[in-house]
Amino acid sequence: MKGFDLMAILLNPEFSRMLVHGVKMTFIIFAGSWLLAMSLGITLLAIRMLPGRIADALVEAYVAYHRNVPTLVQLMLWYFGVSSLLPERLQVWLSDQNGEAIFAVIALGLCQAAYFSEDHRSGLRAVPKGQWEAARALGHSYLGAMAYILLPQAVRNAMPALVNHTVSLFKNSSLAMAIGVTELTHAVKEVENQSFRAFETYLIATVFYLACSLLLMWLGYYFERRSRMAGAL
Amino acid sequence: MTLLFNMIGIVSDNWLLLLVGQFPNGPLGGIAATLILSILGIALAFPLSVTMALARLSPWPVLRWPATALVYIVRGVPLLLIILWVYFLLPLLIGESVPGFVTMLATLVIYEGAFLSEIVRAGITALPRGQMDAARALGHSHLGAMRYVILPQALFNMIPSIISQFVSTIKETTLGYIINVPELTFAAGQINNRLLTKPFEVYFMLAIIYFIVCWTLTKLASTLERRIAARRARSMDGVAAPALAAAPAGASRT
Repeated sequence: MKGFDLMAILLNPEFSRMLVHGVKMTFIIFAGSWLLAMSLGITLLAIRMLPGRIADALVEAYVAYHRNVPTLVQLMLWYFGVSSLLPERLQVWLSDQNGEAIFAVIALGLCQAAYFSEDHRSGLRAVPKGQWEAARALGHSYLGAMAYILLPQAVRNAMPALVNHTVSLFKNSSLAMAIGVTELTHAVKEVENQSFRAFETYLIATVFYLACSLLLMWLGYYFERRSRMAGAL
Repeated sequence: MTLLFNMIGIVSDNWLLLLVGQFPNGPLGGIAATLILSILGIALAFPLSVTMALARLSPWPVLRWPATALVYIVRGVPLLLIILWVYFLLPLLIGESVPGFVTMLATLVIYEGAFLSEIVRAGITALPRGQMDAARALGHSHLGAMRYVILPQALFNMIPSIISQFVSTIKETTLGYIINVPELTFAAGQINNRLLTKPFEVYFMLAIIYFIVCWTLTKLASTLERRIAARRARSMDGVAAPALAAAPAGASRT
């Protein structure tokens, strides 16, 4: 075994280029799927609050499916399965456009949307019923009461769970390597294969992931504290 | 409809591979390996997690700091990267090559140990403070009070969370696919490579199998959770806590 030498990786132009590209892809996958998951999660919650049992049952089935099937299997189903059902011209177009990254964003986003919608829902349920009644009594419309009175409180309640799930989405972006996305974990494997310096490469990736996760946790904690209302528990 | 027929056809042609892999002629695989890996993983992670929870709650910083650091590191790094670390370090430590199954098992023990320790810690801190005070007043030492009074109650209340964690473990064993551990996802990959023409059917069938296993366990966890909540509500009414009598055997392993 060679001696420990971090600079052999960091100062090598080829290796550092691969790692930087990996970091970039990790951030793209994470940001894309987070935005998709958050918007879809809120939409799912809105659908769930529609009157009638059918909408409720559909959302419940969606959530149960995405929470009980491993994320990796969902990724593979999208990348190998769903892509094969698409029309041929679309398949060709997708493979020209980094199709695997697009499927990774879709799969991770849809999966995480189930968790986000549940977080928002329990946040909303924790808001006392009197808030709703008071908002309506003061003349707010349904949407007005939601937007100005209930949701701001619900999001505050849901913050810790949302932060946890954001961190796990960030970590899950590494699963995209299984379908060939060249994100950080993929780059780490490549660099390790070429440099034979497993320890140094893994250490770089570990420090990066750990720093980002801790930063996300700290940001969540910071915003939670800042948005806390006077007098709230 | 054809989709359904195709999927049933795939299952009936390959049920043995999905169930036990190439077992009599090769390593155990399929859903049997997935379940054995998860059960062993959570069973071995359990004593580690209780030890870590006790270390995090202990009054001595020497114990508290390393345990806290380990929990944060494991929580902040993707499981895939931990698999790569174990894959690389375990053979160096032992001095001989390690099969994928053992690599995956060791990873799961570390990963689940950290997450379970958070659950156990939450269970211990959720108990009324008076329990510890009363146990100490009755002459128990700190560890004795933990062993005989606190842990039996905390772990009993934690059963639903432990089952949820077991479900997570089942889902995490799929990552063994990346280091070629012969489990359920690996078997589906083999079927897909052989058929080549029906990827959607193969992976959808795989998703349904995982769904059935995990959903059943999730339902079990929520049923138990309701029952335990009802039981605790009853015991609050002055009846002696029955939780003590039904403490899980695992509590004695600390």
